[in-house]
Amino acid sequence: MLVAVMALGMLAGASGLLLGFAAIRFKVEGDPIVEKIDAILPQTQCGQCGFAGCRPYAEAIAAGEADINQCPPGGENGIVALAELLGRDPKPLNPENGAEKPKMVALIDERNCIGCTLCIQACPVDAILGAAKHMHTVIARECTGCELCLPPCPVDCIQMTPIPQMIATWKWTYPVADAKTGPSVVEIEA
Amino acid sequence: MSRLFPFHGGLKTVRHKTESNREAVRASALPPRLTVPLRQHIGAIAKPLVQAGDRVLKGQMIGQPDGYISAGVHAPTSGRVAAVEQRPVPHPSGLPDWCVVIDSDGEDRWIDRQPVDYRRLHPSELRNALRNAGVVGLGGAAFPSAVKLNLSGHCEHLQTLILNGAECEPWITCDDRIMRERAAEIVAGLDVMAHVLEPREVLIGIEDDKPEAIAAMTAACAETGYQVRPVPTRYPSGSVKQLVKLLTGKETPVDGLPVDVGVQCFNVATAYTIHRAVDFGEPVISRIVTVTGRVNQPQNIEALLGTPFAELVDQSGGYRDEIQRLIMGGPMMGFALHSDEVPVTKATNCILAAGAAELAPEQPAMPCIRCGACVDACPADLLPQQLYWHARAKEFDKAQDYHLFSCIECGCCSYVCPSRIPLVQYYRYAKNEIWAQEKEKQKAELARQRHQARQERLEREKQEREAKLRQKTPPRAEPVAEKPSIEAAVARAKPFPAPALDTIAETVNRSD
Repeated sequence: MLVAVMALGMLAGASGLLLGFAAIRFKVEGDPIVEKIDAILPQTQCGQCGFAGCRPYAEAIAAGEADINQCPPGGENGIVALAELLGRDPKPLNPENGAEKPKMVALIDERNCIGCTLCIQACPVDAILGAAKHMHTVIARECTGCELCLPPCPVDCIQMTPIPQMIATWKWTYPVADAKTGPSVVEIEA
Repeated sequence: MSRLFPFHGGLKTVRHKTESNREAVRASALPPRLTVPLRQHIGAIAKPLVQAGDRVLKGQMIGQPDGYISAGVHAPTSGRVAAVEQRPVPHPSGLPDWCVVIDSDGEDRWIDRQPVDYRRLHPSELRNALRNAGVVGLGGAAFPSAVKLNLSGHCEHLQTLILNGAECEPWITCDDRIMRERAAEIVAGLDVMAHVLEPREVLIGIEDDKPEAIAAMTAACAETGYQVRPVPTRYPSGSVKQLVKLLTGKETPVDGLPVDVGVQCFNVATAYTIHRAVDFGEPVISRIVTVTGRVNQPQNIEALLGTPFAELVDQSGGYRDEIQRLIMGGPMMGFALHSDEVPVTKATNCILAAGAAELAPEQPAMPCIRCGACVDACPADLLPQQLYWHARAKEFDKAQDYHLFSCIECGCCSYVCPSRIPLVQYYRYAKNEIWAQEKEKQKAELARQRHQARQERLEREKQEREAKLRQKTPPRAEPVAEKPSIEAAVARAKPFPAPALDTIAETVNRSD
């Protein structure tokens, strides 16, 4: 009896010391969950979630101040990934924040651009090139499609255009239960 | 000595070789207009070197290789460039891609061809020459051969060089015909490869349903030390990893290439084009295409790249009764085309006009009954059923745990599935989604970095502005002198309602 109590007591003590040491030795600076949430967010920096960018939204989610369904560009996949990470149930996108829509890029109508630089200041990822009183243009490759450049434009010369489908970006679609789209040909053994 | 190491699974398919392999390869008539795609290989698209209105000669480079994994594109005949624009190309999507459209002048005049002496050339110079000559794998994947002729980073010494003449797809016979008719030239190309790679042994794998090809290659290889190895006719023995296993017993690592285990493999037709490029200075401007299935005269045609499929079908006597689908490649791994106006590319080994008899009866997929037939058939030793569940449920991580990317998309599992589930389609879908997600992630990471850089820049600029302001304003603006004025302002603002007070206090603070 006494031996058992002592043995368990020693074991508890040793474990306690070990855990205490580990807590000090392997202390994690900062909140790694914010990084993980931020990695899931699409980084459009569009602010549709109500926060000033993806990182602030990630911090708000981690602090429990925001829900996981406020990011329209991330869409359903993003919500599912966040739910999985945080151990919550996925829920539909909050319509107050906007709707999920296909990815677009901004295009400046260069004939009408007056070179006011307002869109350059609005772009969160510096994807607009230009100088005062000189024509501006969007670097399509860097554009995240956040639409933040649209409202400041005094002459309404910026439009969102769909990304054209190209062979390099084309994908096989999800197979539907239809033999017509089955493997190109399957031969029946005679 | 010539022991074989059979791979797991595979299929015995119904052979349809005799339809097209009886007659010699015919040269195609010169078409009036050629549409030459600039992307005929895996890797970066070639940069166009010509524009509408330019005159080009046969063999002149019209697309420059761009990047390490790329290959040149050349004018297949002499004529005038009608346009450089997006045109439909043979691709499962039916989407257009950049092409150079050439109106032939009928003269078929060559550029000045300059053969090179490969024995005197440094291997890197030779690789460059082959890259510029547009030499790519002609088995169907069209991977630039120059890249495969470089061992650095993979292995120090090549143990085995394999020439792939297996041709396991049931309908295709272009490799069969080229081995029968041009065995000596293939061996000459093999000499060039062996010179660069210095392998300890050279094996030529040919399925045993091609006895004439085996005889021709054996005769051509006499006194060279190259060994012709007939392999049993079993689909997919022509797939690189399976052929390597079959001939050498070596397994290719999951995320590696055969060259990582000291084996390199080329198609027989590729060896032929290497010979033409090196010993005659002729770039790749044509290839042998099997035109078969429901055409009146199935045959092999040596077609100029850019010839419309419809032209080759016409030269083969036109379609015979009703066609349900036009397929590029074989029935197992090929894909259905949206139109027969697309041009022949370096990857076009076969044009198969399929009717109802060649196609599976149209019936919807039934539920998986877990019979395990797909597992028995899989030549890549995968668990197709498991992959199917996860791909169907869009659980891509789990699909990758079951080595989705080791799938060679040979179609054996779909072929044997009693429920007719389009298994390979699920795998293709899953692979594409994973690649797309990967790309999205990279793009998001780039956006994050740019956003962060911008925030830092704005912060820096703000601090610089403040520092400048502090320098400009002399000590005149002493805080002691300012304080009473703020207090006075606040005092003045007191009678106002609370919100207005805040605003004023803010204004004051700002003017501070």
